[in-house]
Amino acid sequence: MSANGTIAVERPPEVKQGWTRARIIGVVLLTIWAALGLGVLIFMVNAWDPDIFARYAPRYLSGLWVTIQLVAVSVICGALLSVPIALGRMSRNKLIAGLAYAYVYFFRGTPLLAQTFLIYYGLGSFRPELQAIGLWGFFREAWYCAAFAFTLNTSAYQAEILRGAVESVGRGQWEAASALGLSKLQTLRKIIIPQALIVALRPYGNEIILMIKGSAIVAIITVYDLMGETRRAYARTFDFQTYIWAAIIYLGIVEVLRNAIDWIELRITKHLKR
Amino acid sequence: MLISRRIALALPAAALALAVGSAHAQDTMKLKIGTEGAYPPFNNLTADGSLEGFDVDIAKALCAEMKAECEFVTQDWDGIIPALQAGKFDAIIASMSITEDRKKQVDFSNKYYNTPPALVVPKESDITGTSREDLAGKVIGAQGATTHATFAETTFSDSDVKVYPTAEEYKLDMVNGRLDAVIDDVIVLQEFLDSEDGACCKVLGTLTPDEAIYGPGIGIAVRQGEDELREKLNAAITAIRENGKYKEINDQYFSFDVYGD
Amino acid sequence: MEGVWTLLSFGPEGWGDNIAKGVLLTVTLALATLPLGLAIGFFVALGKRSNDKALRLAANIYTTIFRGLPELLTLFLVFYGAQIGLQKLVHLFNPDANIEINAFVAGMVALGAVFSSYASEVFLAAFRAIPDGQYEGGHAIGLSNGQTMRLVILPQLIRLALPGLSNLWLILLKDTALVSVIGLTDILRQTGIAARVTKEAFLFYGIACLLYLVLAMLSSIALGAIERRTKRHGVQR
Repeated sequence: MSANGTIAVERPPEVKQGWTRARIIGVVLLTIWAALGLGVLIFMVNAWDPDIFARYAPRYLSGLWVTIQLVAVSVICGALLSVPIALGRMSRNKLIAGLAYAYVYFFRGTPLLAQTFLIYYGLGSFRPELQAIGLWGFFREAWYCAAFAFTLNTSAYQAEILRGAVESVGRGQWEAASALGLSKLQTLRKIIIPQALIVALRPYGNEIILMIKGSAIVAIITVYDLMGETRRAYARTFDFQTYIWAAIIYLGIVEVLRNAIDWIELRITKHLKR
Repeated sequence: MLISRRIALALPAAALALAVGSAHAQDTMKLKIGTEGAYPPFNNLTADGSLEGFDVDIAKALCAEMKAECEFVTQDWDGIIPALQAGKFDAIIASMSITEDRKKQVDFSNKYYNTPPALVVPKESDITGTSREDLAGKVIGAQGATTHATFAETTFSDSDVKVYPTAEEYKLDMVNGRLDAVIDDVIVLQEFLDSEDGACCKVLGTLTPDEAIYGPGIGIAVRQGEDELREKLNAAITAIRENGKYKEINDQYFSFDVYGD
Repeated sequence: MEGVWTLLSFGPEGWGDNIAKGVLLTVTLALATLPLGLAIGFFVALGKRSNDKALRLAANIYTTIFRGLPELLTLFLVFYGAQIGLQKLVHLFNPDANIEINAFVAGMVALGAVFSSYASEVFLAAFRAIPDGQYEGGHAIGLSNGQTMRLVILPQLIRLALPGLSNLWLILLKDTALVSVIGLTDILRQTGIAARVTKEAFLFYGIACLLYLVLAMLSSIALGAIERRTKRHGVQR
């Protein structure tokens, strides 16, 4: 600081204004997006055909409903199944832990499409055996096979989410709870799960989104979900807008879900904000 | 390190190289033929990865007739028309029926064969007739995006029609017992019944093809406006019908003339 | 069951050689997609970190689309849609020209787009974990923006992003199975053809699953080794 009153201040560099390189690139890229969007829009307007819309819109809705049912059933059954698997993963018994690990590794390490084929066509070739134990009625239906494959798949992922969430709650919480005289079950229900849920919310949400997207493959094993109806409409009309409609619907669902998760997360972590 | 990095860079570059070529080559005509490779005895893949079948042999005969160099490309059925339009090949020789819906997208040569559809059911089946009522509540398998699937969905509206990506898959499901009946070309089904796996099943009956759905027969699809190629194919079809080549191929596969009348 | 070994043999009667080719294609496709996905993912992450609104928006649109669409649909959109679009574009200039995107490139682009949109999130998280002091430190010793990025930030970024990227690699390996639907002869398509022709569905789809598992295990071993190496460097710092 000098005595004569002129203070030399090292100013932070000016924030660049106007057309920086980032802005130019940004505007160019946005223009490309806009052009693509416009192109799709023009294509859709040109390809618009009220007959096709009237004929296929209800089918898309029924396809969407099949997709939602399939994902809901798989995710819920998968959640139930994931509990014993997660417990197995955390078990001190080496055999149980090993088996649970193998289960998780198999279903996370192989493509859902291959698993679905293995269950639908692979198990389908054991019809006499399945009939003998009365399970053929179940495996006869493509929808059940798909739901079964998806349930097994998502249970492996959900087990890992569950395990990660429970383990994220520190040991000290268990010890403190037991010091207070809470039983193990009480501790789990009142102390651990509420905290684990916060950690698990986002992975669970992502898992549901992954299932919605992944479920598109059931179209290949004769289930008319949204993708199946899309392929059928395309096979009949050879009109590419059928795929674009499907893209818009899938994007819409995923975005709504994503925002819902953000909103819930905001709500349940309010007490953590300062 | 340097070398491996160079390879890593070269790979996508090589893969990205787009084949830009002219559709009208002047010297020997080069043709890419699209087929499915899952529809015996018309076109199917063998264990050594090569194509065989009636369509394939006819295609080879046509190419020889046109003095064209032909290359086969296999493509799943439900994407075969877009793939043609996208220029992945120049003609589809894959037992494709000439229909009005398809004509909106592609042009067809004259027919090169025409056979009726049929229904196949398990040997112990209780289905007695081929009417809508006979099949009410039954599960019928068909290949997706085919005239047979469209026919089944319109005719057997009280049945549950399931569609499969290829004929091989509905056969698999028929053997597995998931289907009460399958509909397809009578020859394809006969081939299936003659195979080891076909022991399960029998022909219920052939169906009268609905002209509105089935069209005049099986043709070769080309991109719209490619009249030169279409005319050449038509001429070649007529030529092999006349010079006995068609009959020679026909007799290798079938006991009757599949060309129809 | 002696027939099993004939079916899996490498001779003309067996499907061993076809399946081996399928494995090769799956691995090649995944390896070819990786650099594409990583590069795009990195630049998208940079875009999302930018101070510029337009660039951030453009980057966010990219991830929204490719994370929101089912991978199978993305594949169809690229394989058919991009092809038809490009074809129309080329015809504007030269009506006779024929442009062709082969299934391999379509698969690479579609899988690369999906991979990069997830990878951008991984990079973004890694960027956030690097304190501002690192940039300031780089500038303080006279490095330019590019040099700071290359010499100071990137080495740390890679280490931070590696676990996330390893995960994405395993997902990519599985997602390659979808290209069987557009006719690329990968593991699943080759085993699928074998299953349909021989009617031994359980055997061949089981083999497909095992092959993917083996690939996943080999990847885990390799990735583990890479992770250990980068960690060692990290400690030495």
